[in-house]
Parts: sequence; C-alpha cells; structure tokens
Amino acid sequence: MIDGVGVYDIVAVATIVFFVGVFGFLTRKNLISLLISIELMLNAVVVNFVAFNKYLYPGRLDGYIFSLFVIAVAAAEVALAIALIIALYRLDNSIEADDMDSLQG
Amino acid sequence: MDFGYTIWIFVLPILSFLAIGLLGTRPALTGRSELLRGRVWGWIGTGAVFGSWLLALVTAYRYFFVLGTPDGHRPVVFGAKWVWMRFSEHLSFDMGILLDPISVMMLVVVTTVSFLVHLYSTGYMAGERGYARFFAFLSLFTVSMLGLVVATNIFQMYFFWELVGVSSYLLIGFYYDKPSAVAAAKKAFIVTRFADLGFLIGILILSYYAGTFDFQTLVSAGGPVLGGPAGRSFMGLSVFGWALGLIFMGGAGKSAMFPLHIWLPDAMEGPTPVSALIHAATMVVAGVYLVARLFPLYHEVDGGAILRLVAWTGGITSLIAALIAMTQEDIKRVLAYSTMSQLGYMMLALGVSGLHGHEGLGYMASMFHLFTHAMFKALLFLGAGSVIHAVHSNLMRDMGGLRKYMPVTHLTFLVACLAISGIPPFSGFFSKDEILAAAFERDKLLFVIEYAVAGITAFYMFRIYFGIFWGRERTYAHTPHESPAVMTIPLVVLAILSVLTGLVPFGEYVTADRTPYHGHINWPLALASIAVGVVGILVAKRFYQRPNDLPARAAEMWGRWYKWTRDKFYIDEIYQFVAHKIMFAGIAAPVAWFDRHVVDGFMRGLGWMTETFSLLIADLQSGRVRQYAFVFMGGLIALVLLVLFVTGLLNG
Repeated sequence: MIDGVGVYDIVAVATIVFFVGVFGFLTRKNLISLLISIELMLNAVVVNFVAFNKYLYPGRLDGYIFSLFVIAVAAAEVALAIALIIALYRLDNSIEADDMDSLQG
Repeated sequence: MDFGYTIWIFVLPILSFLAIGLLGTRPALTGRSELLRGRVWGWIGTGAVFGSWLLALVTAYRYFFVLGTPDGHRPVVFGAKWVWMRFSEHLSFDMGILLDPISVMMLVVVTTVSFLVHLYSTGYMAGERGYARFFAFLSLFTVSMLGLVVATNIFQMYFFWELVGVSSYLLIGFYYDKPSAVAAAKKAFIVTRFADLGFLIGILILSYYAGTFDFQTLVSAGGPVLGGPAGRSFMGLSVFGWALGLIFMGGAGKSAMFPLHIWLPDAMEGPTPVSALIHAATMVVAGVYLVARLFPLYHEVDGGAILRLVAWTGGITSLIAALIAMTQEDIKRVLAYSTMSQLGYMMLALGVSGLHGHEGLGYMASMFHLFTHAMFKALLFLGAGSVIHAVHSNLMRDMGGLRKYMPVTHLTFLVACLAISGIPPFSGFFSKDEILAAAFERDKLLFVIEYAVAGITAFYMFRIYFGIFWGRERTYAHTPHESPAVMTIPLVVLAILSVLTGLVPFGEYVTADRTPYHGHINWPLALASIAVGVVGILVAKRFYQRPNDLPARAAEMWGRWYKWTRDKFYIDEIYQFVAHKIMFAGIAAPVAWFDRHVVDGFMRGLGWMTETFSLLIADLQSGRVRQYAFVFMGGLIALVLLVLFVTGLLNG
C-alpha cells in the first residue's frame, strides 16, 4: 500500500467516483453512457472492497475475492447490455433512453 | 329363539335396488338386448320383495305363535343390534332390528303390500319409459320403510324416515318431464321436510334430557323420562312435553295431518301403484307408528296433554278430509282425502287410548285399523289404477258404466268400498268399530265427529263407486277392457285380505302393554255405525246410480258450502298467501334487498375504490428508466437523511 495514503483518502476517491457515476446515470440520455456510468459505480464499490479489506481485516482475502467477482460479473453484464442495446437499436433505430418507454403502465 | 335371519328381509330389496339401479338404467348395457330392456327388471324387484314377504310371514308366525307369551306378555326381541357410529363413551348411534308386536305387524303389512304392488306394477308400468328406474325406486322405498319400522332407536328411525321421504319424492316426480309432477314432488318434500325440522328438534331435546336414543330405555317405566323428576318446564309443559309435541309435528307431516296435509293430494301425480304403496298403505302411517312407538311417553308425560293434541288433530283432520272428499272430481284425489281421513281415525284412536287392559282399546284399535286400512286402501288405489289404465283419465266425468267391461276390478273395488264403509263382515267394520268404541268411552264430542265421518266416508266412497261403475253410459274412444292377470291377481288377493283381516283377533297380538287382551264387539255401537254406513251408501246410490239431477240440486242448495269443500277450504290458498305475501314479500324480499344493496354494495364499493385509485396512480409507471432512477435516488437520499435525523447524527 502506498505510504501516506489513509483509508479516508481512498474512500473519498471511491465516493467521488461513485457519485460521478450516479450523476452520469441521471443526466445522460445515451444508453451507452448510462452503461459507462454503471461501470463507474461498480468500480467505486470495488475500490471500497479492496480498501476495507486492507485496513480492517488485513489477514483475510474476502474483499479481494469479491472484487474479482464484481469484475467478472461486470464483464458479463457489459456483454449482455451491449447485445440488448444493439437489438434495441435495430428495432427503433435509436439508443436514446427516453425513447424506451414501452413498459409503461 | 334366534331371529338373526330377519336381516335378510332387508338385504334382498337392497340387492335388487342395487342391481336394478346400477345395471338396469344403463342404455349401453340394456340397449342391445330385448330381454334386458323388457320386464326382467320388474321381475327381479318383485322376486326380491317376494322373498322378503315370505321371511316376514315366517317371522310373524314364529314371533306370535311359536314364541307366544312366555311371561304373560309378548317379549321384545332383537334380530340384530350393532353400534353404527360411536362418538364417545356415552354417545353412539345404533342400528338394529327390534321385533315387538307392532313392528312385526308392520313388517307383514309393508312386505305384503309392497310385493303385491310390485307384481301389479309389472303390468301397470309395462312399456313406460324408465321402467327399470321405477322398480329401483320401489325397492329403495321398501328397504327404507322396513328399516323405519324395525328401528331400535329414535335416531335410526329418523334416518330411515328421511329415506322414505326421499323415495317418496323420487316416485312422485317419476314423470319428471311433467311440470305438475315436479311441483308435487317438491311440495311433498318441502312440506314434510318442514315438519321433520320439528321432529329433529324434538329428538334432540328428548335425547339430550333423557340421555339416550334407545326406544326400550325411553319407554321403560323406570327410565329417564318416566322414572325421573319432571324436569324444568317452559310455558306450562315440561321439556319432555315439548319434545313429544315437536316429534308429533314430524309424525303429523308424514301422516298428512291438518294443517300439514297439503302435500298428500298433490302426491297423486305419481304413478298409481306408488300412491297405493306409499301414499295409502305404508309411508303415511309412519306418523301413526311413531306415536304408537313412543306411546307410553305420550300417555304419561304432562298428564297426556300432548296425547289430547294428537286426538284432536286426528279428529279435525278426519272431518275436514271427509268433507273435501265428498266433492272432488279426480278419483285419486278422493282416495287421497279418504286416506287422510282414515289416518285421522288412527291418530284419534291413539289419542283416546290408555295403557293397560280395556283402557288400551284405542291403541289396539289404531293398530288394527292401520292393518286393515293398508289392505283395503291399497286395493282401492290399485283398483282405481286399473280403471285409469283402461280409460286413460283420472276424472270421474270420463267414466261410467264400467262394470260390464271390467268385472274383476268392479267386484274387488266394491269389496274395498264396503270395507272402508264399515259394513260387516268386511275388515273395516271391525277396526272402525273398535275406534268408535274407544272414542265413545273417552270423549263424546270426538265420538260424534267420528260417527259423522263414518257416514260421510260411506257416502263419498260409494259416490265414486257408482260414478265409475254405474252412472251414465259413456261412449269410449276404444272399448275399455279388463286389465291383465298380473294386475287383477293382486286385486283379488287384496280383496280376500280385506275380508279376512277383520276376523283376526287383533287384541290377542297387539296391545299397548303387549299383554293379550280379549276384546269383544260393542254391539249397540256397532249397529249404530253400520246404520250410518248404510245410510251413506243408500244416499250415494240414490244420487249416483242412475243419471239424475239430484247432485246438481244438492250442490245448488248448499251453495257456498259446496264451493268451500270443492275448493278444499282454501287451505292451499292460505298457504300461498302466507308464503307469498308474508314470507316472500314481508321477510324474504327486504332481506334480499339488504343483501343485494348493503352487503354486495359494500364489497362492490371496495372494488370500485381500488380500481379508481389504481387508475389514478397508473401514470407513475412511465416505463422510462431514468425517471425511475431519479425517484430511486431521491428516495434513497431522503431515507438516509431521515435515518441521520432520527439517530441525531445530523445535528452533530
């Protein structure tokens, strides 16, 4: 671990990254951008996992293993999401999130 | 002495009911074969009841003559007895076969009439649709009635009581495509069911306070009812008095006592053999039999208050029915009212009876009349059936001069008419004389009523006799002919029985305390009753033997009274009024309105509210992901702030 960098700094960075993702998710209209925002949020979580594992339970590996899982799941999710987005594009000729409202009540 | 074989009296008709009911009514099975479609089902039913009849005769012989009176009175024997349903240590329903003088006598009556009616029906019902179904129901009825008469306890009696009600319903509605038959079947079922509600409540009260269903325990002198203290009372009667009154209500419904009689005349919609078996000879005497079965209780409880009710119900019924019978046109209805009238006699005889020796004359007379009446009334109905079979009409105006065409029917019908009119040496004379004697000794007013009814009975019976077999000559569409042998043989057998049964020294066999009693004919009374019978016959002969204008003039003279009796004293209309105007319009309609508008309205209101509110908020589900994310985020932030605020972390 880098000297002089405390857990608070790392958590602060992770929080900033997370809320950048939240902001992106709420403001962007393009589905690809939304996907990227989600990835930002996930990565913030992964950083938290690693940081807390290091500082709270140094002798254990749970946090690292979770991180690996999250990365694997994120990869699978991206593959699936891209496939869906392509399918939607072929259907509507658009990837604007606000156009996708066929599930309304 | 072992009476275990008596179980076969029931098993035979049960087997024939199952065989005919399960196999005979299947077109797939019977359709191909000419034999199976034909009379074979009738002969199976008749054969089974014939077997029961022989066994019943053997039982009667062994009970009355071989067993005799070991200790001065006739014993009570059990042919079988087993626990049917056990609920607890103290409460169980038993089934069994109780043999005592009245049940053995009833076994003979039921099997005899049932066998002859089965035999008759093989001819009468020939070629009818539902031939096998008819015999299945007839067998079912026979089993139920036999189970009723040998009941060892009041619960078993109730069980079979309802079964005879069901078979009666099925047979009245036998022509189920005829609306009037369906209506009559429903009427019979509902009216008797209403009466049976009283019966059931009576049973529950009686067995709750007495702690037993068993007849032997109930009627024993030291038993829970007669031996114990009188118990608490309600409105002047003890609980047992109320129980007996309610039980009598059931009996009155089944035996067509006024004012629960309205179903019996309509029940004539059924095939005529059914009327003979169920609505004349056997089922309708079940009410009389019930009172006789519990007679010691009726006699002792509350000083015989309920017994006086029984006597007066019987007396009033017999008078009203006889008056109505005088003016009816439909011969089966005349016979139905005549049955009611004779049942009234039996009830009255029980009502004026005591328990022992000469006092118990009424009980003996009632059972005697039940026995003879079963024979001659079955004969009357079967004779009427034979006539209806020949002229295809129930109405007297379609008949006349039939004596030339139907000699056997004519003679046997005449025998039955003489028997019911109380002319010696026919059976009705002996039993009716005993009843009149019993009434004379107990209550002069009832005696006067019954004496008048005896005359009226002779009049209306000979009215239909002359109307059918004499009277105006008709030209028939096709010449009437005598019925086939299977129909005339039962008529002849019943005619012989109608003569001979009167000569049975009945007091030797059946009395209230089961001790033989040597009765004798009260000749002054007997001569008086013969006289009134002869007068009735002579009046009828003058009126109806040859066509004349006397009946019309008499009707003219009596005017309103004539119309009243012809319209059956408007009792049906009173029921109609009570049912429609008071119960339907006054109670049922408001309750239905309440149900439809208040109860249903509340539930419908709940549905309406849910639906309206849902439509209101349906637009919140826009389908747009970003909007959901906004709301989700907003909610999350609000929750976090709330938690911070509540836990006090926000304030530092």
